[in-house]
Amino acid sequence: MMNYRTVLRVALGALLLTLVLGTPAFITLVPANSAFAAPALKSGEKLAKEQVFTYRVLDDIKSFDPQLNSSVEGANILRDLFEGLMNEDPTGKLVPGAATGFTLSADKLIYTFKLRDAKWSNGETVKAKDFVYAWRRLANPKTASEYAWYMELMGVKNANEVVKGKVPPEQLGVRAVDDKTFEVTLKSALPYFASMTVHSSTFPVLQSVIEKHGKKWTRPGNMVGNGAYVLTDYRSGEKVVRVRNKHYWDNANTTIDKTVALIINDESQALTRYLAGELDKSDVPGGQYPRLSKKYPKQTLRFPRSCSYIYWFNMGKKGPKALKDVRVRKALSYAVNRKIIVERILQGGQYESYNFAHQKTAGFKLPKVGYATWSQKERDAKARALLKEAGYGPGNPLKLTLSYNTSEDHKKIAIAVAQFWKKTLGVKLTLANNEWKIHTTNQKNGDFEISRYAWCGDYNEASTYLDLLTSYSGHNVSGFSSPEYDKLLAQSKKLKDPNPNYIKAEAILADVMPFAPVYQYTGVIMLNPTVRGWPVNNLMQTWYSREMYKVAK
Amino acid sequence: MLTFIIKRLVIAIPTILVLIIVSFLLMHAAPGGPFTTDRAIPPEVLANLEAKYGLDQPLYKLLGIYLKNVVLHFDFGPSFVYKDRTVNEVLAQSFPITLTYGAIAFALAVIVGVSLGLAAAIRHNSFWDYLAVGISIGAQVLPNFVMAPILVLVFTLWLGWLPGGGWEYSDPKFIIMPVIALATSFMASIARITRSSMLEVLSANHIRTARAKGLPLRRIITHHALKPAMLPVISYLGPTFVAMITGSVVIDLFFSTGGMGLFFVNAALNRDYSVMMGITIMVGILTILFNLLADILYAWIDPKIRY
Repeated sequence: MMNYRTVLRVALGALLLTLVLGTPAFITLVPANSAFAAPALKSGEKLAKEQVFTYRVLDDIKSFDPQLNSSVEGANILRDLFEGLMNEDPTGKLVPGAATGFTLSADKLIYTFKLRDAKWSNGETVKAKDFVYAWRRLANPKTASEYAWYMELMGVKNANEVVKGKVPPEQLGVRAVDDKTFEVTLKSALPYFASMTVHSSTFPVLQSVIEKHGKKWTRPGNMVGNGAYVLTDYRSGEKVVRVRNKHYWDNANTTIDKTVALIINDESQALTRYLAGELDKSDVPGGQYPRLSKKYPKQTLRFPRSCSYIYWFNMGKKGPKALKDVRVRKALSYAVNRKIIVERILQGGQYESYNFAHQKTAGFKLPKVGYATWSQKERDAKARALLKEAGYGPGNPLKLTLSYNTSEDHKKIAIAVAQFWKKTLGVKLTLANNEWKIHTTNQKNGDFEISRYAWCGDYNEASTYLDLLTSYSGHNVSGFSSPEYDKLLAQSKKLKDPNPNYIKAEAILADVMPFAPVYQYTGVIMLNPTVRGWPVNNLMQTWYSREMYKVAK
Repeated sequence: MLTFIIKRLVIAIPTILVLIIVSFLLMHAAPGGPFTTDRAIPPEVLANLEAKYGLDQPLYKLLGIYLKNVVLHFDFGPSFVYKDRTVNEVLAQSFPITLTYGAIAFALAVIVGVSLGLAAAIRHNSFWDYLAVGISIGAQVLPNFVMAPILVLVFTLWLGWLPGGGWEYSDPKFIIMPVIALATSFMASIARITRSSMLEVLSANHIRTARAKGLPLRRIITHHALKPAMLPVISYLGPTFVAMITGSVVIDLFFSTGGMGLFFVNAALNRDYSVMMGITIMVGILTILFNLLADILYAWIDPKIRY
């Protein structure tokens, strides 16, 4: 069994690779009905009697409706309650989900997904029309989903027109060829389209249930899903409980019987409750990794996480004059001692950052950005020289304001950076702390000089980062605009290997410095050592309860 | 008395209206809105969202519609952030929880606080006085955001007696720590007010007369001192009760009770206009009602007060 699965995995990987590289015209991907995700017990392990997994979430869940959810914590739960066309395995590789595989047309515009024999939690069969209904629902202006843009991002034909209300949702580029065949037509080729169907906003929903219960369809008891679990209890501000769905197609290979999410706002409180045995998984509070990993070496886990922390420089219309000078921007970026930030402040194995895309992104080769290879001493010397050249010095000190949103960690980093800049460059930096909504509003309106920002990848591909800096991106608040950069990114969508373009794009960023990269994230968690199957190697931290199990002590 | 109550209730109506209008305008004046995120939502998506929640209309119209729904149907509308729920549902779920632990904490704070204060006053400058004052000062300097983590550390992690958070109406284990954490500082205030007020009353002329008559101390206290001594306590209790039953952010945050306090703060941070309005109006109405109740009690206790 194990071998069979491994073979399949390898085969799938190879096929996917061929697909991305785009050789043959019509490829059938995966044989039907294979149990991919079932956890495999290692030799010498014995399953624990009680298979309950309890973990901490920071905030209350805002919605259990796949098309209305907009949070990562919500998506983690939705992946248990529903199943999309494709799933990710613990290493982040794409594996079949509700679809057994897909074929791609010669012009790379039409994806045809074959659905497996699967049932909804009320016993009805999962049909292609359920996907059609869900995808139209996501784009429909009446649904008013915050994630309607995801359908546009996927490049589904007419998505933009449907969201704008120019054409009816029925004209979205999706259709049910028959009960088991779901077809998507794209506006233009997108090599990583299939991996985007892992996202919870594309999960199928049952029209009859939504029409029967209206807004209340997501309540425990009303909700019908096609995932491995069903929602049995939800207490707002307290907990979310889901238990095994006996109708799930791979229920036989699922081990965890019940997953409980406890909503605990305060992270040290969560840690105390973890240590008291109330939780199987919790987060390591900022700066506590060294202490906790020493005391509980078997329970602390650390892994790369797809987010990148930067300081935007406002080089646009509303920005200060000084920041329009590339020498000033470079000097400021060079003078940030990232090693101290990572090793002394964050202390969770985060990566010093000299570029934008997370260095562990699949297929992304970390570019050798010039100043990354220098020592901090060299960077500081260069920074001093540049700032002097730009006309700033003791007689004419540079005065700037750095804004960040309320958080202990952001504050600590900002204070450290103010020190670096003061000591190395004599910059008089004012720190401005704002509540989240004000911070983001200012950023969007260009009302800032230097502003903290972090981007977390939507999918495991470098363009999720680099697209942000295109001149047409709504996220690009720095005022940076480079036709060459835009061209590189537009071109990359059609390339077999987009990586050279990404490297060139990163080189432009290092050259123009519209922001100072600060660090790239790691996830640091406490995990009960009896829990197996947490996907540490999945950069996106896409996890499924059914992939985990608990062993006896 | 009855005319007084009716008069107060009539005045309450414009008060609440002003409260609604002012908080509505203030909230919409705050920068950012419910759909402001660090993700750049395309304009067409934002337009759809605003159309769905009516935010594309001018503010005065929005206020008009809101007032109509609230006054005529007692409908606070859908939550802007909790997409599957209405404000009425949020309140229906969270208020009973807060009311339960708040009312128990209130009872505890009053009983312990008043007893401590009385004991201290009656045995003025004795060991009992110092003990009571010591306890109440100790409780005062331990605010609930310090109390809560200490309680969890001791009773959940070290002793393992109580669950570190969560809520079950049927299981008192979940209620103990929130109640203690919430009650302590209020209890301390009540004890101090009671003590000083009782001391003042005990040195009053009518008490001296009672002592001179040779009445036993117990009778002096129960018949002559207690009632007047309670007046300042009662004026403190009205707003305190409202503060306690409408929830404490700290309690909800540390004990994951699912109460109303955390919703209030999150609604403000998330710019969840409707939830925030709903809770504001509810707290406003309760405050007015309990102040009125305190005034009625006042008149009942103190014959000098006539409305």
